[in-house]
Amino acid sequence: MTTAVETTGRTVKLEIQRQDNPNGSTRWEKFEVPYRPGMNVISALMYIQQNPVTAEGQKTSPVTWDSNCLEEVCGACSMVINGRPRQSCSTLIDQLEQPIRLEPMRTFPVVRDLQVDRSRMFNALKKVKAWVPIDGSYDLGEGPRLPERKRQWAYELSKCMTCGVCMEACPNVSEKSSFIGPAPLSQVRLFNTHPTGAMNKDERLEAIMGDGGLANCGNSQNCVAACPKGIPLTTSIASLNRSTTVQMFRNFFGSDHMVD
Amino acid sequence: MIERLQNSDVILATVFKVLRGVTVLSKNREFYWRRLHSLLGIIPVGLFLVFHLSLNFTATGGEENYNNATGMMDLIPHWLLLIVEWVVIYIPILFHGLYGIFIAFTATHNVKRFGTFRNWMFAIQRFTGVFLVIFIAWHIFQTRVQKALGAEVEFSMMEEIVANPWMLAFYIVGIVSATFHLSNGIWAFLVSWGITQSPKSQKVASYVTMVFFVLLSIVGVAAILAFV
Repeated sequence: MTTAVETTGRTVKLEIQRQDNPNGSTRWEKFEVPYRPGMNVISALMYIQQNPVTAEGQKTSPVTWDSNCLEEVCGACSMVINGRPRQSCSTLIDQLEQPIRLEPMRTFPVVRDLQVDRSRMFNALKKVKAWVPIDGSYDLGEGPRLPERKRQWAYELSKCMTCGVCMEACPNVSEKSSFIGPAPLSQVRLFNTHPTGAMNKDERLEAIMGDGGLANCGNSQNCVAACPKGIPLTTSIASLNRSTTVQMFRNFFGSDHMVD
Repeated sequence: MIERLQNSDVILATVFKVLRGVTVLSKNREFYWRRLHSLLGIIPVGLFLVFHLSLNFTATGGEENYNNATGMMDLIPHWLLLIVEWVVIYIPILFHGLYGIFIAFTATHNVKRFGTFRNWMFAIQRFTGVFLVIFIAWHIFQTRVQKALGAEVEFSMMEEIVANPWMLAFYIVGIVSATFHLSNGIWAFLVSWGITQSPKSQKVASYVTMVFFVLLSIVGVAAILAFV
């Protein structure tokens, strides 16, 4: 029973871009794995992990990749699959053209093979204060209520899993530019929409009005086309453009409405 | 001697103050530089382009018509014309062009992977921008600099330039690049300043600016062809 794997005789062809260390050279390796119904890219990678042999029959090191939840919620397993950045867990083999070409998302520093370092995204979230500060020395009680209709679209923004797909798709996010990228920007809109979060909204807007901030967006709108969660990233960016326009005038002329 | 020292101290202190001012101004101020770049592209550079192409269009009414229209410029006192030229044209265009080159070269184009309309517009905006820096530099050298050196800016000047078919092609590509760069720039301006937020309004702006592109291109190309 333990080996009751359905054997169909068919195989899946993969080509994987390998890299042994962060600054190492790259090479392509071909693999052929047995097909099983309902396979995703990760199950093919798991097979290669167990049988690290290339299609030419040569022994190689197991391919490294990141993954965690396996249900498109954590965002860890993003990679470039047949030229498009997406999650390897929710990408089904049946829907792909073969050979399936796997590459790391090169907009980030590559750790090894398909594994990348997304630290810049998490640092960006810290920079824009993507949280609602509620800590105090006494109970502050309930916060202001969020209108239901606002909650509905704000919920869509909260689906962001920091997967990095929008960053990979963006032509202005790269090692040669300091642009913060679409995902952290949209989080500014989310937390500035939250009625308690809005009490620090000028701080978040200031954070994205610095170097490499909001204004570095070039409106290619690739981010919204690539986002696996369908987050309206370009609407968020346009919304923030308006907020920062207002903030710019408030900063110069003065205002009593910095936080409301 | 002491007086001299004090003088140089004052100069040094002033230089230091100015330098510090520049550093303070440029540090963490990218947002404002980018917004300024966006604004200057429309006002005054974009307005100037529309004015310039409209004036050129008078050439379609014949040589005399064009010479009369451009002759109006000579009615403005020379010193005033120079101030207007520098403030309204040269300085804004120089900043927009040079800062634009910096923006263009920080992009990593990926239209092969993401062949969407907007991504193409993004790429073409940067290509036309870089080309326009070259074209405008050449155009200014061929017309305004020659005027400063004593040449007469009139119908025959352009007639001689576009008598060369390669120059004519260069000018047509330059004009269409400029009208495209402005039209798509208006679209980007509307987004960058937060005027068009919804996908629908951005789409409508796409249509409106593309119609503007076609109309302004017709005006511009018809004008240059009038010199042939």
